[in-house]
Amino acid sequence: MEDKTILEVKDLAISFQTFEGVVKAVRGVDFTLKKGETLAIVGESGSGKSVSTKAINRLLPKKNTMIESGEILFEGTDLLKLSEKEMQKVRGNDIAMIFQDPMTSLNPTMQVGKQIAEPIVTHKGVSKEEAKKQALDLMDLVGIKNPTENYKSYPHQFSGGMRQRVMIAIALACEPKVLIADEPTTALDVTIQAQILGLMNKLKKELDTSIIFITHDLGVVAQMADRVAVMYAGQIVEHGTADEIFYNPMHPYTWGLLASMPTLDVGQTDLYTIPGSPPNLLHPPVGDAFAPRNEFALEIDFHEEPDMFKVSDTHYAKTWLLHPSAPAVEPPEEVRRRKAKFESLYMGKEEINEMGGEALGSRS
Amino acid sequence: MRWEGKPLVAEAEKKAIVEISELKQYFNAGKKNEVRAVKDVSFSIYEGETFGLVGESGSGKSTTGRALIKLGDITGGQISYKGQDINDIKRRKDLLSFRKSMQMIFQDPYASLNPRLTVKEIIGGALKVHGMTENSKERTKRVYELLESVGLNRQFANRYPSEFSGGQCQRVGIARALAVEPDFIICDEAISALDVSIQAQVVNLLKELKDKNNLTYLFIAHDLSMVKYISDRIGVMNSGRVLEVCEADELYIAPLHPYTESLLSAIPTPDPEAERRRVRTEYDPKYHHYDDHSNVGLHEIAPEHFIYCHKDEIALYKKKREKLLRQAKQQYA
Repeated sequence: MEDKTILEVKDLAISFQTFEGVVKAVRGVDFTLKKGETLAIVGESGSGKSVSTKAINRLLPKKNTMIESGEILFEGTDLLKLSEKEMQKVRGNDIAMIFQDPMTSLNPTMQVGKQIAEPIVTHKGVSKEEAKKQALDLMDLVGIKNPTENYKSYPHQFSGGMRQRVMIAIALACEPKVLIADEPTTALDVTIQAQILGLMNKLKKELDTSIIFITHDLGVVAQMADRVAVMYAGQIVEHGTADEIFYNPMHPYTWGLLASMPTLDVGQTDLYTIPGSPPNLLHPPVGDAFAPRNEFALEIDFHEEPDMFKVSDTHYAKTWLLHPSAPAVEPPEEVRRRKAKFESLYMGKEEINEMGGEALGSRS
Repeated sequence: MRWEGKPLVAEAEKKAIVEISELKQYFNAGKKNEVRAVKDVSFSIYEGETFGLVGESGSGKSTTGRALIKLGDITGGQISYKGQDINDIKRRKDLLSFRKSMQMIFQDPYASLNPRLTVKEIIGGALKVHGMTENSKERTKRVYELLESVGLNRQFANRYPSEFSGGQCQRVGIARALAVEPDFIICDEAISALDVSIQAQVVNLLKELKDKNNLTYLFIAHDLSMVKYISDRIGVMNSGRVLEVCEADELYIAPLHPYTESLLSAIPTPDPEAERRRVRTEYDPKYHHYDDHSNVGLHEIAPEHFIYCHKDEIALYKKKREKLLRQAKQQYA
């Protein structure tokens, strides 16, 4: 994998003005995206994962959004400082987006082919005929059968999976450098989801696009991600390579997420639960936002926000449990099982897949 | 282990509470735009078990659930509940007692609660309609009990649904269903709209309430991993037909129908190692389309394991099952 950083988000904080007061939706988020990699952002609804990525494309409503601090550097330029006109050249061209609901994000009164051709005309300045030709190629690429016939179809004539393919074709029309996919398969059936995810992985390899993949489904993350960032209450609480997050999680929230998913193994009897519900960000809690729901919470969690502790060069977690003087705790059973796998993967045998390569270097 | 032959419920006490046979539900029947949502569905649900019904959207699983609770008339077939054909339930009084015994929990926790009623009125309404409490004081007391049984604070009684999170609303929906002390509850995608950490809470609550109140569930969902966790037996549906019915563990060890296989192979698991090695199989619905319908139907391959197939295919499926069980035994040994 190339080590070239294409997108960098630094200390981003976003608030919304609502009738009830100021909601601090994103509270200091940092992440980087390298060329050709897939970064998955996981979290529950309201954790700020969509808001922070919409900010990248400047799609948040101007009326009530306040970007309190931060920079979004795309190839070195701060997107937050661009004028709307300059931003239009970036949006859809360099950074494209796929949304959750393909029905509401497509224009119901416009032929799908034209919707795919539209950004090509706008951004590349080619003739309509040329754009149509490219649109037909794109439809073929994303697996829409009979492109010439379906070019003239309307979104309502398509099934959910087909509509999502149209969305992907539109997003890829200008060969974007970054593709932001916000829960692109949540509304789809598992079989269709598998097709769409397979398609995205294939296109990513062919076009060398970087993807930010937002989802709440850890199964999808395991299938797509090179690196994972876990968000909770407007902050990234843990990030690392996919293997590090799935097999060596450090944050109690990540433990909870992994343990509360049923596995397909036979004979599972108990499901771990995280008690309570996420905090109201109208009044963000003092200290660690996860502390009230955390059975491993320490005294300090209720007073002081933890730092990002380094686990390895690629793996960081925001929990006091990693502080040298913190007591040792016993994670849930499911997590212990995963950690055992991590040890056999990374401590035992040396030769492993390309993805975990960096992690190995730092740990051995 | 269960699939090694020990039946889930001892044979003697296995009593069907719901029997569905050859259920058909056509919309706009006879017209040009006829939709055959449910073509041929047969299965029974035993008392005290959780029966999971899975399938992709449009497979007819929700329609089956709605037909079962008598939301609309069925086109053909028969549904019997506790030995009585539900088609014969017509009088208001009978309907009331039928609905008291069978309740439903819906998918969208916000849409299924009246936004202009307080939680007390929502739950109390059910109690009032069925005349389960004498006066309002008693009703309030009962509402408090119900709220506490689903893990909500009794102070929530005077609040409106909009003041709650999705998970809390779903708990109110569960409390409402439990209010009339039903024997049978249909959970139609009851957890699909919730966050992962909340899903686990609600599923565990449903399990706990089932043991406490002696309930039987029909659990309709598209998320196979959750269904497997909660169900005793599972039915797999595709385009209006039940293609496979068997015990939950066996379905994952020995999926016989190619559609079940493709469904299982499509579930993403939270395990990057496994995902990299994963082979996905695709399914063509033509596979279970037979031109000649004689000898085609749900055939029993093994005890409690049914497959929708032609009579000639039974031997093939039997062999496949043996092979898969043998492999599983080696793996779990």
